[in-house]
Amino acid sequence: MSDKTTLTPLDRPNSYVGRTLSRTSAKRAVAGRGHYTDDVILPRMVHSAFVRSPYAHARIGSIDVAAAKRAPGVVLAMTGAELKDMCAMSWHGVLACFEGMKAAHQYPMAVDRACWQGEPVVMVVADTRARAEDACELVAIEWEELPVVAEKTTALDPATPAIHPELGDNLAFRKTIERGDVDAAFRAADFVIEETFEFGRHTAVTLEPRALVAEYDRGTERLTITTSSQVPHMIMTVFARTLGLPEHNVRVIAPDVGGAFGMKIHSYGDELATTAAAIKLGRPVKFIADRLESFVTDIHAREHRITGKMAVSRTGEIQALEIDDLSAAGAYSQYPRTSVFEANQVLTITGGPYKHQNYRGRTTVVYLNKVPTSQYRAVGHPIGISVAEHLIDRAAELAGIDPVDIRRMNVMEDDSYPRLTSTGLKAQDMSHQACIEKLMKAMDYGALRAEQESLRRKGIWRGIGLATFIKGTAPGPHGFYGLGGAPIASQDACVIRLEPSGGIICAVGVTDQGQGVDTVMGQIAATALGVPPDQVRVIEGDTDATPYGGGTYASRATAIGGEATYQAARALRSEILRLAGALLQADPSTLDIVDGKVVDAANGTFRISLAEIGRIGHFQVAELPDDVQPVLSATRRFRLLEKPYIFTNGIHGAHVEVDVDTGFIRHLRHWVVEDCGRVVNPLLADEQVRGGCVQGLGGALYEHCVYDDTAQLQNGTLADYLVPMAAEMPDIAVDHVQTPTQETELGAKGVGESGTGAAPAVLMCAVNDALRPFGARVTRQPMTPEIILTALGKI
Amino acid sequence: MNDEETLQIALTVNGERVTRTVTVRQHLVDFLRNELGLTGSHLGCEHGICGACSVRVDGAVVRGCLMLAVQADGSEVITIEGLSDSGEIADLQERFVERNAMQCGYCTPGMLLTAAELLAKGKPATREEIRTFLSGNFCRCTGYHAIVDAVESTLNRRIGGAGR
Amino acid sequence: MKAPRFQYVRAESVEQALDLLNRHGEEARILAGGQSLMPTLNMRLSQPAILIDINRLQALRGISVADGTVRIGALARHAEVMESPVIARHLPLIAEAMPHVAHVAVRNRGTFGGSVALADPAAEMPACALALGATFVVRSTRGRRAIAADDYFKGLYETARAADELLVETLIPAQAADRISVFMELTRRHGDFAMAGLACVASVSGEVVNEARLVYFGSEVRPILATRAMAAIRGKKWGDAAREAVNAALTDDLDPMTNLQGSAAMKLHLQRVLTGRALDAAVARARTR
Repeated sequence: MSDKTTLTPLDRPNSYVGRTLSRTSAKRAVAGRGHYTDDVILPRMVHSAFVRSPYAHARIGSIDVAAAKRAPGVVLAMTGAELKDMCAMSWHGVLACFEGMKAAHQYPMAVDRACWQGEPVVMVVADTRARAEDACELVAIEWEELPVVAEKTTALDPATPAIHPELGDNLAFRKTIERGDVDAAFRAADFVIEETFEFGRHTAVTLEPRALVAEYDRGTERLTITTSSQVPHMIMTVFARTLGLPEHNVRVIAPDVGGAFGMKIHSYGDELATTAAAIKLGRPVKFIADRLESFVTDIHAREHRITGKMAVSRTGEIQALEIDDLSAAGAYSQYPRTSVFEANQVLTITGGPYKHQNYRGRTTVVYLNKVPTSQYRAVGHPIGISVAEHLIDRAAELAGIDPVDIRRMNVMEDDSYPRLTSTGLKAQDMSHQACIEKLMKAMDYGALRAEQESLRRKGIWRGIGLATFIKGTAPGPHGFYGLGGAPIASQDACVIRLEPSGGIICAVGVTDQGQGVDTVMGQIAATALGVPPDQVRVIEGDTDATPYGGGTYASRATAIGGEATYQAARALRSEILRLAGALLQADPSTLDIVDGKVVDAANGTFRISLAEIGRIGHFQVAELPDDVQPVLSATRRFRLLEKPYIFTNGIHGAHVEVDVDTGFIRHLRHWVVEDCGRVVNPLLADEQVRGGCVQGLGGALYEHCVYDDTAQLQNGTLADYLVPMAAEMPDIAVDHVQTPTQETELGAKGVGESGTGAAPAVLMCAVNDALRPFGARVTRQPMTPEIILTALGKI
Repeated sequence: MNDEETLQIALTVNGERVTRTVTVRQHLVDFLRNELGLTGSHLGCEHGICGACSVRVDGAVVRGCLMLAVQADGSEVITIEGLSDSGEIADLQERFVERNAMQCGYCTPGMLLTAAELLAKGKPATREEIRTFLSGNFCRCTGYHAIVDAVESTLNRRIGGAGR
Repeated sequence: MKAPRFQYVRAESVEQALDLLNRHGEEARILAGGQSLMPTLNMRLSQPAILIDINRLQALRGISVADGTVRIGALARHAEVMESPVIARHLPLIAEAMPHVAHVAVRNRGTFGGSVALADPAAEMPACALALGATFVVRSTRGRRAIAADDYFKGLYETARAADELLVETLIPAQAADRISVFMELTRRHGDFAMAGLACVASVSGEVVNEARLVYFGSEVRPILATRAMAAIRGKKWGDAAREAVNAALTDDLDPMTNLQGSAAMKLHLQRVLTGRALDAAVARARTR
């Protein structure tokens, strides 16, 4: 816990940090006046559509586009080979921090070989999307089917061919983390619990699919891209480099984004191809991934088979934890963040809340002829947390103690920081114990347990689940991105300026997808400056108008972007008071800014308005002394020092009822208590948690990209791939413990992903708790009725 | 438009009389978005599952992606823009903003069109009934809890029940 | 996904529609509610040459009752069926099933006739129609014919209606006052197509099930009248022995499909569970009648 004896500007009475403010973009959203990429209509704009590989693995022979080119409305047909000729580089999805990883070079469209069902092969551009699709049907391709690697458990067998012969085999990455003496601990243990878990592959299903409009102006040689991306600066850099354009001539705008969840931080071949078409044609080209395309191109995630083993003492003390993880990537390592991040995360966070000194984590990541995988909300955490929380519940059962008591016993104590986690990462400012106690009260845990018991006697099977977690947020350059060598910023920046009218413009490198990043940055700036929030306008999502930043990913916007904003606003405050001091002939340290006005710090007397300073600074500069030059703006950048992440922690609770005859689960209620440090906007933070929970529950209940043994996706429509809808989801109670992080002055950590990370785990724990009287156990997700009925021995 | 079959249609959109020639295969939402510039109705799947395309046709909420524009000939179409401008759901919209019942906003027009139909019934509804009524509108951001809160409190205020 | 090209005709009369069907046969599709047809067009799963839009045919609309027979016009929207006092009064089985049919927006456009003509194996209306002994009236240039529901559902999306025939109305005997009906289905999410479902109309005296008409859907390729299960329950006192007998007989009546929703074994199990619950409900409802 940090020492809070010194007051900071955040503790001021008119601080907006910690206050619920409505989002600045909410009013236009409810009026249907959002502005998404598909809403962009440009003169002479044309549309791209793609011929995609129907096979998971096939050699591409001849491609005949003659008929397609002649089709009504068609202006361009481009093959992968032709696109490759426009590329200055291939995409090679490796990061230096993942030692020993192997990846094949990839081009945005398949050239000689298609390696997954859905890979783009030919692009057709026409005056309407419908006519582009018509023309795609006229493209004739000679295919030669190749052996398909569809199964992760046999991907490394000697008999299994290597998808990319130059790599030698289908191994992408292997890593082991080891601490203490795991083998000795298992030998000496009173109880050893071992279990193998299966997690189904799934995908983000953003409601707005991937979208891009590219326009190349031959006069100015400027490329302008409007795209539904979380990372406009990264897209600018990657696309400029790939197409051999000077980066400073590329502008990327991310307007309103209709859902992203990490899926939209990656580079996609069809988007790059569309951009190339715009350059070639000299007219704007639009690409909107339709829902069928989305299922076979948006990154997939979360396909793991993982064995977990826990050594426990008679009294319930965890003595060792070991995991052996097999993770399925897709056909290529997704550029530029790789496809091995998720597996690495599983190693670093599994069992993270607990004190055991002996840990071994092993992961193997293999390539398959499936859609490429990469980071998707809560990266790896749903898997690692599900494994650890299941094992600790089993340990509780063997030790004869309540699941909450075993957690109380084993979590890192709130006063034990700074320290290392059981997985060897530096941790501080966490509050597992406080969160547990707060949850117990919120759930009225004892009452739920008593009710569970009495209902069991009536043949009603309720389950109560708990899931403790740590979550890595706000990565720094010492982690993966900086050291890794990727063109991905883990610093962020804010440029803030005073306008002639006294208004404040705050341009940030982080971006908003509806969670309220712009509103939060505005609150932080307003607080640090001393102005009302409606005097601040935040600009984000335009590389021409904002400082180079990393965008929004890994729950970094408030923690990193917010800190840069806070410091920039503090610097602008000093600048304003410097000018005020010069104008008023007063010592700036005797002045303050309150409610948008410069006042005497001692007694609050009004001295001069920001509008006056703005007017003088811009138009009446002669009123300033000769040796005072107005600057009127400030730029600050922030990065984490030393630590790879700012860790957050928390605990989920779930109350369910299982119909043991049908295998159906009713999720009655859900609770979250989490510590994301200083909460800037309580309503927005809570809603991030709620939305994140339901997204996680989707993976635990329904979501699964089902492939057959020729790696053909079987359920690539919204009728067959099931996502959570309103009728089945519970109300979710959210509360916080606030342990500000000492990494920043603001003290805020990330909150966007913790709901998604732990919700699947707590649901699986609750279901297993419900099934306990039957001796039945579920260790697979999604937990379909088939799986539950099988566990119960009913089928 | 090289020999693609077209038809002239005349309809009322948000109270305005509209006459256009359209290709017969164009669905209603593409017509509204591309021909009339009414971009408030969104496309999330084009196979009738997600509800982002919901519009009101002749008084009833429908999947705009499953109706051909030519089928709307002679009909009265209300999109989110028209519904918003009419003030019919001003209280619901206000409550959505207050409660933060949307994040990315992409599902919001469809969600509001559907909720408007529930409110128009003028009958009380439990949280469970609200969830059931909205069960055909996919939201990925909010997890639905805030949406249910906003609809419930609007409904309660309208029918004079215990407000929230 | 944008639909492929097709010819489009707005039929102004039933005769015009029949004439078009006669000329184009398999190359034509009837566009009614469009809730099933339009997704297949948008996804380019079907590429018909011509769409015949029948939405203007007033003759196909309406829900009425006369002489103990309910008439549901082919163009009656699901929403109209759901709100209809005629249906509520005379066909409570259908009234009970309606809230399970998809979602509000789909019910506002989708039609009773469309559902029955398509005969999706997981659809609710075909099962209800079969359970209620409906008659489907179809017309073509060759004339008019009435097809009993028992003879109508042939296979997966396969019915006795010929390609040139247009379903115009469904006639269903009003449920007798002494009959109990129960509708149940299991779906992962509200409004989904059913994994398992049962439409049941029974005559119950006390605890004895005199006669029951049991139609299973969701698990099978078409709605199935479970004649062996019905024989097993006929005249029996509802209890553990009867439950066992019916469950055993279902093995012969049903042939569940293994698909994304689950295995045949699971579906058979679920249908057994539903049978038990439905007959429990039938007996309970008879008691409170």
